[in-house]
Amino acid sequence: MKILLTIKKKYISPRFDLTSEVLVALCEDHQILGNPRTILMTRPSSEELCALIIKERVNTVVCGGIEESHLQYLVWKKIQVIDSVVGPYSEALKAVTGGFLTPGIILPGAKQRSKEE
Amino acid sequence: MKLTTPSPLEKIATIEILNSVPHGVIILDAELRILEINSFMEVLTGFANSNARGVYVDYILRSNIDNNGRKFREVLESVECLSVAGDIITQHHKKISVHFTVSPLMVDSGTPGGLLVFIEDISAQESFDRKRRSNDGVQDILGLSPKMQEMFELIPVLAHTDASVLITGETGTGKDMFAEAIHNTSKRSRHPFIKVNCGALPEALLESELFGHAKGAFTGAVKDKPGLFRLAQNGTIFLTEIGDLPLSLQVKLLSVLDDKEFFPVGGVKKVKVNIRIIAATHRPLRQLVKLGEFREDLFYRLNVLRMHLPPLREREGDIRLLLDHFIRQFSVPLKKPIKGFSKKSIEILTDYRYPGNVRELRNIVEYAVNICQEKKIHEESLPKYLFSPQTDPEDVTMEEQRPVETVSLPQTIQSVGKTDTSPVLVSDGWGAVEKEMILDAMRKTGGNRSRAARILGWGRTTLWRKLNRYGLN
Repeated sequence: MKILLTIKKKYISPRFDLTSEVLVALCEDHQILGNPRTILMTRPSSEELCALIIKERVNTVVCGGIEESHLQYLVWKKIQVIDSVVGPYSEALKAVTGGFLTPGIILPGAKQRSKEE
Repeated sequence: MKLTTPSPLEKIATIEILNSVPHGVIILDAELRILEINSFMEVLTGFANSNARGVYVDYILRSNIDNNGRKFREVLESVECLSVAGDIITQHHKKISVHFTVSPLMVDSGTPGGLLVFIEDISAQESFDRKRRSNDGVQDILGLSPKMQEMFELIPVLAHTDASVLITGETGTGKDMFAEAIHNTSKRSRHPFIKVNCGALPEALLESELFGHAKGAFTGAVKDKPGLFRLAQNGTIFLTEIGDLPLSLQVKLLSVLDDKEFFPVGGVKKVKVNIRIIAATHRPLRQLVKLGEFREDLFYRLNVLRMHLPPLREREGDIRLLLDHFIRQFSVPLKKPIKGFSKKSIEILTDYRYPGNVRELRNIVEYAVNICQEKKIHEESLPKYLFSPQTDPEDVTMEEQRPVETVSLPQTIQSVGKTDTSPVLVSDGWGAVEKEMILDAMRKTGGNRSRAARILGWGRTTLWRKLNRYGLN
């Protein structure tokens, strides 16, 4: 299973349309395979991000707030979208591979952000 | 407001107050962590107050204004309120336009201990405005004054029918824009809007332009020409400066209005048209009718629906609005960081009477933006003529009309037909002053009419007409 997380520094990016960095990870039997890779977008764009998700053949997208049209598009493309996730992407990645990440969840690490982040 | 460990009673009172506000409210600590969000915000974001507490605001708010809390930190540092428009993404995946007001919350020591973020949903207002603007077709016309609001309200009424409209008003009041707005709002909006300046073309050419001509009708007519009336089929034809339409063509126009058909120049076959006519003029048509320069029957035929546009000096508050609009319009392409006008400049500009109305104001701002080398436009950057004594435009209009009224009828008609003489001129009074102004402007610009017209605050057509009137052409 291929997972894509929209990220901002160490956290899940609050908004899908303003995301300029994504993390792509491969997962098998609740385990992450190899090292996840980050992809930098040339500019934040929902359309370009959707195109990247399709091109990368992603199965699950983990993101923050996402607009209805893009959500529906990804669902139509049979991609699972777990949106409105708040917290560090490392925790989100663990939770999604463990199968217990749900939309609208605030992960424990969300309240421990250091000042410079 | 105390932010440090409030007593349970204080806490209950605070959240009760916040929940009673019909807008989103968030209270943050100095680290930009959420202390409280009200129930309106809970509904918008989908996060419960209890869960959101302690989370950094940007992850809950999901706005486009705050890059890692930079704007909020600026408020904490400057201790000044911030008011900014932006958008957020709601729990229902909708991007909505909101207005943020961020205020610092001071603690006992006099330092900011947190922030109060007030979020007003303006999406309904925005969509209403957008809908209203697109319905009216008036998105390019600016005006908040009661007189302009009356005009805006008149547009859908005029657009609803196919009757002829006569738009009157001084030069530069926006007759063309209103004509286009009426067309865009009408059911003919999918069809052409053709504008014809009746004062800009010689009589022979105008007839051919309006009604077209058949091949061989005159020397040079090597093929059939459809004419503007036929090009405007199913749409609107806008005849601007209708007061300058030659008498012979007025007859033909009247027959088109009555029968909706005409013969092209040299043609033998009648052409049927389905068009709506909007006419405009800055000249007093009723007086021209009295003087025999304009046909009475055509006047009444055109004057079915009348729209009189107010001059700029009667539009309360619109001068400031237009100044701000044009300063933005001109400073952006020139990449000048001009923030606005100085207090003195504003005084001069708001006191000025604007005989050339919006066109003149636009030219003044364009001049000032080009000249200005500072962040604010001071009086030195304004055109010099603003500082000379002004003639009341209403007096000017009357002065302009007076000589026409005083001359005998045959003379006046002759003067329309032959533009070289000036029997309508008086040797002194406004006519002489205006002639002198034109000569002065032409001298300054080395005979360049476009630039001279700009200096005088007129359109090129107006200058051309006045040059003819004073025999300067």
